[in-house]
Amino acid sequence: MYQYNEFDHAFLKDRTAEFRDQVARRLAGELTEDEFKPLRLMNGLYLQLHAYMLRVAIPYGTLSAKQMRQLGMIAKRWDRDWGHFTTRQNIQYNWIKLDDVPDILDALAEVEMHAIQTSGNCIRNVTADQFAGVAADEIEDSRVWAEIIRQWSTLHPEFTFLPRKFKIAITGSEHDRAAVKLHDIGLRMRRNEAGETGFEVIVGGGQGRTPIVGETIRDFLPKQHLLSYLEAILRTYNLLGRRDNLYKARIKILVAAVGIEKFAEMVEEEWLEIKDSALALEPEQIRAIEEHFAPPQYETIAEPVAGFDAARFTDPAFAAWTRTNLFPHKQPGYAVVTVSLKPAGGVPGDATSAQMEALADLAEKYSLGELRIAHEQNVVLPDVRKQDLHRLWQELGEQGLADANIGLITDIISCPGLDYCNLANARAIPIAQRISRHFADPALQSEIGPITLNISGCINACGHHHVGNIGILGVDKKGVEHYQITIGGIADENAAVGRILGPSFPAEEVVDAIDTLIATFRKIREEGETFIDTVQRVGIQPFKETLYANH
Amino acid sequence: MKEKNQVMTANRLGDGAVVYLAEDDDWVLSLDAAEIAESEEEAIRLEERAGLAMKQQKVVGPYLFAVSVTGEYVAPISQREIIRAAGPTVGTDLPETTPLR
Ligand code: HEM
Ligand code: SF4
Repeated sequence: MYQYNEFDHAFLKDRTAEFRDQVARRLAGELTEDEFKPLRLMNGLYLQLHAYMLRVAIPYGTLSAKQMRQLGMIAKRWDRDWGHFTTRQNIQYNWIKLDDVPDILDALAEVEMHAIQTSGNCIRNVTADQFAGVAADEIEDSRVWAEIIRQWSTLHPEFTFLPRKFKIAITGSEHDRAAVKLHDIGLRMRRNEAGETGFEVIVGGGQGRTPIVGETIRDFLPKQHLLSYLEAILRTYNLLGRRDNLYKARIKILVAAVGIEKFAEMVEEEWLEIKDSALALEPEQIRAIEEHFAPPQYETIAEPVAGFDAARFTDPAFAAWTRTNLFPHKQPGYAVVTVSLKPAGGVPGDATSAQMEALADLAEKYSLGELRIAHEQNVVLPDVRKQDLHRLWQELGEQGLADANIGLITDIISCPGLDYCNLANARAIPIAQRISRHFADPALQSEIGPITLNISGCINACGHHHVGNIGILGVDKKGVEHYQITIGGIADENAAVGRILGPSFPAEEVVDAIDTLIATFRKIREEGETFIDTVQRVGIQPFKETLYANH
Repeated sequence: MKEKNQVMTANRLGDGAVVYLAEDDDWVLSLDAAEIAESEEEAIRLEERAGLAMKQQKVVGPYLFAVSVTGEYVAPISQREIIRAAGPTVGTDLPETTPLR
């Protein structure tokens, strides 16, 4: 993992001391809320419905066991014993007191963490494929590049006051696990004909009220030019992006206005000027960062691993979990484990401090001390020996963390919605809870097969509803919570925005509506089809018909 | 009947807690104890007092919201204010699941 250098440590220390002083001045009445608000937001501190909310960055979703333990400690000591992992690979604490925040920031700094770049019109915390560095299908470890971007973007003097927030995501495989086409800039590692690795550069994607799938402006960017190229994009945007209208300020609006060809031309022109400047990455620079992510000392383990197979054959519940929650590892004899934070009827993405502590312990015991946070709001143990999987699964079970539902209908993404969020129109979590309870039966889930179901409490789309195979959006209809349903959204390399099926439903009818969609799918699916396959084959009409048959 | 009853609310500066303006310029946690404005004039008085409380660094972001009054009981009208008053509803007040077909 990346280790902070002296500069990083000193910078964070200064920053928390500065904020401690600002909080004291605010509480003493020397700063008004108008003066204080931008300062607290720069440190990830929001004021929500019931309390202050602190959003802590987990850069590219990578955590050490020590960091996870500290996140649990913070939840226990300063919050109500739990935290919420989000689609932006952050953790949010919902019940924070203002005068505790400086101490919390100090506690975070102790483990090289902070809440900078989690708010405001800057380049936000960079997100990445949660399996980076370990996935069998990976071209290259994207954390190296995410870290290079993090260092360049944190407090970049030119880009701290952009027209709007700016989100960059990166994936190291052909298969996109980081929804890169739905970010301001998406980067996908590629290999060219000469066998060199580089990036496909995608711009102008985003969700919110105007969901747009990003477009490629460069098929192959050699790695050493990554920063100069990003800088050229940011400059073009910073110069031309609209500052007069909040809703039109994102880069996607600019790209749509000038057209992708013209935008690409402007970027290339800017890039030519700075391509060989100090931003060009020297091989030694890249190597220095790569060293931080050098693969751990893996054991040589012969496949098949007899103990693992025996457990699968004798313990059906374990076998079911291995079918849904494991991903192939680069290293023979190892597996990548996704720990579900989606128990039936639970709150997607929530973990108690006891669970965070247990996950830290389990990471040390079974996963070489590392964890990841997936944008789907789950936790990943990236380096588990196959012979340890059965024991790990049993120990996860003791913490209520052994649900076998990754990629299935109860693996729901949900934003906090009206239960916590100041901008919400409707609740999201209780809808997720009801749906996951409704479809809790493992046999039913397995029969329905792979599907994504995402819920947002308003059009800002923090819960990725636009790109869920099924998307649910909370709307306010004459003061009553209603839910609009879309189908056909996809978040990966085939990204697509879902289509609205028709008028919205009141809360009591949502589960029924989803049940109707699933029943329709089960009736018309062809052999081997997933939900999204069927939607793509037949369109939305058959679903629309059954959904509104009685209306 | 047109609802005219309004209550002044804000978040407390120190911990962000939901508070309501009550007698003697107290900010209280319970909606029960809040002062109710029954006319526009009374609402304006609440706004003035809230403005002062903001200057005194007691609260952040004050605003008025509509309540219904039934006998001695006060209740918010909007879902948002119900949740602010009673806390998150996570897993509590929605009906049980419908049967699978
Ligand atoms: C709790 C306070 C939150 C506030 C005030 C907030 C605010 C917003 C706003 C205003 C947007 C729209 C931006 C735009 O279109 O320009 C947005 C988008 C987004 N937020 Fe949040 N959000 C919150 C929580 C969250 C949470 C909990 C998550 C993760 C679960 C999240 C992840 C995202 C994502 C993924 C997007 C859409 C991507 C995009 O920017 O295009 N946010 N948020
Ligand atoms: S989608 Fe809306 S309700 Fe949900 S967290 Fe974002 S801003 Fe809040």
